[in-house]
Amino acid sequence: MLEIRNLHVSVGDRKILQGLTLSVKAGEVAAIMGPNGTGKSTLSYVISGREGYDITEGEVLLDGENILALEPHERAAKGVFLAFQYPVEIPGVATMTFLKAAMNAQRRARGEEELATPDFMKRVKDAAASLGVSQDMLRRPLNSGFSGGEKKRMDILQMALLQPKLGILDETDSGLDIDALRVVADGVNALRAPERAFVVITHYQRLLEYIKPDTVHVMAKGRIQRSGGPELALELEKHGYQEYLAEEAA
Amino acid sequence: MVKLASEAEAAFSSFYEEMRDKGAQRLRAAAWAAFSEFGLPNRRIESWHYTDLKTALSRPAPLAAASHGALSLPRAHDSLRLVTLDGVFRPDLFDIARLPDGVAIQSLRDALAEGELHVMSALASADIGAQDSMLALNAALMQDGVVIQITSGARIDRAIELVTFTSAEAAQSTYTRALVMLGEGAQATLIETLGALTAAPAQDNSALLLRLAPNARVDLVTHVSGGVDQSIRVASLLAHLDADATINSFALTEGDGLNRRQIFARLDGEKASAVFNGATLGRGRLHADTTLIVDHVKPNGQSREVFRNILDDQSVGVFQGKVIVRPGAQKTDGVMQSKALLLSDQATMNNKPELEIFADDVQCGHGATCGRLDKDQLFYLGARGLPRREAEALLIEGFANEAMETLEDEQLKAFLSERVSAWLSRRINR
Repeated sequence: MLEIRNLHVSVGDRKILQGLTLSVKAGEVAAIMGPNGTGKSTLSYVISGREGYDITEGEVLLDGENILALEPHERAAKGVFLAFQYPVEIPGVATMTFLKAAMNAQRRARGEEELATPDFMKRVKDAAASLGVSQDMLRRPLNSGFSGGEKKRMDILQMALLQPKLGILDETDSGLDIDALRVVADGVNALRAPERAFVVITHYQRLLEYIKPDTVHVMAKGRIQRSGGPELALELEKHGYQEYLAEEAA
Repeated sequence: MVKLASEAEAAFSSFYEEMRDKGAQRLRAAAWAAFSEFGLPNRRIESWHYTDLKTALSRPAPLAAASHGALSLPRAHDSLRLVTLDGVFRPDLFDIARLPDGVAIQSLRDALAEGELHVMSALASADIGAQDSMLALNAALMQDGVVIQITSGARIDRAIELVTFTSAEAAQSTYTRALVMLGEGAQATLIETLGALTAAPAQDNSALLLRLAPNARVDLVTHVSGGVDQSIRVASLLAHLDADATINSFALTEGDGLNRRQIFARLDGEKASAVFNGATLGRGRLHADTTLIVDHVKPNGQSREVFRNILDDQSVGVFQGKVIVRPGAQKTDGVMQSKALLLSDQATMNNKPELEIFADDVQCGHGATCGRLDKDQLFYLGARGLPRREAEALLIEGFANEAMETLEDEQLKAFLSERVSAWLSRRINR
């Protein structure tokens, strides 16, 4: 489903991704683990289309189509969803207004009919209940004054409503206590499906105890250094990332 | 008599000759003397620094002479509508059957002819805004308007809408004045609708005077729209609050031309409470100046001013806010905040919030910011599927909403949100 080939990305003079190659199949949960500052978040932003990155080489294919020239909203309509490490607060914008605008914008882009209000309300209510998102949170402006855990749950709620093809979770565990982590992981697990893939970016193995990956990729120095099964995550937990950083230096 | 220097001031002098014997001669004479002393406000006058009225008003348009047309304004609200068209109060456009109990209405012309003492003294309002030359000019030249008296204890459910419009095909000047007096504990919702039906460059100087007896409450929404690039509008609001009185106001300014909205508020009783919020939707060459003075005279007062300027194209926004806390006004609680969103490189915002505090036990703060749409927020919305222009519209709407949070009337809130949406959809579709 997702094919990244020889991706080189710079910000200003700084080279961040240096020939990254990664393949994720439909139905797969791929974990990307690596030390801080190695370009994991950059990868998630480049896939979802944030501006400010120079892509000097390589391609990102979604179901065989290169999406690098598309605007963020076009990628979203094709099924790319980024769960943010730090979901932004948007004061003044009612959460429900935003949710409806987002769902209908994607439906329009795909040539589908817009949701009628009762249908929309029912979907939000059902998804909110399973993620422990309160009515009060839905009534407030988007993410405004939310705790870290509330913001993450709101992001997963959006993922559940938008039903993406590819979910990218950028350090979703950061700032979460163990209970919040479980709620978020349950939300993600409920969305696992044969036609859907996930890229789970994390620094720690902890998240992978709750979201069991099919494949694990070690990222360091701007590229994937090693790929394997779930056992690779345990090995990293034991030995750390030193080996990969040292290899690079040699 | 002071000799007036410019051609413009000579024109005003002829207007005064026309109006001087049309009731309230002493009030007009005193106001004319004040205007003659001040002259047209130029940029050296601090409170007019960002709006060069002397240049803009160098050629005054003739005083409006007649008002015949009908008014076909869409109804924003299920209101009691009082229309002042082309400087004349029009009882024929007023549905008297809708007049609620506890409300007495007369035209300003009739009120001036009758000369009732308490009405005349309220119309003079010498204690606030006395230093402003455009307000003095308004008093000297007032043609017509409406005087509303609301009985003590009356709670008026139906909103009262004061429509002040022009409909002439050629440029003209209007000077209108409305007075609303609320008795003790009275409550009313007022809508002030200012605009023009035609594309003629009108020069309108309007004043709305509110006098709130103890424990009275006014909810006020002002909507300024219409006009062309050469239009000039000066709209003053004078609010005088006695003890425990409350004013909760919001103003939406859009349209074209030079707009100056000035607020002079005096919280002259303990525990008086005032909200003056507003939003400006600027496009084209709109110049929208909001200048306000909130004067806390007695203890335990509260005031809030939240303004949002949304400026596109070459529009110019001005916010000058001054909160004064007099020596006796202990425990005053004041917060003033003005934020501007610049949507184009040519748009300009001038922010000047000020506090003048002469009491030692108060809580007052102010803030002013000016910026562009937030890139992180835009990316977030884009990543959720919103096309760029829609994402911008949602953020702009949210920005404007922050100034509308204190609005309680759902009908009015919906009307204003619709105006904001209409402005935004024009932006998306061009």
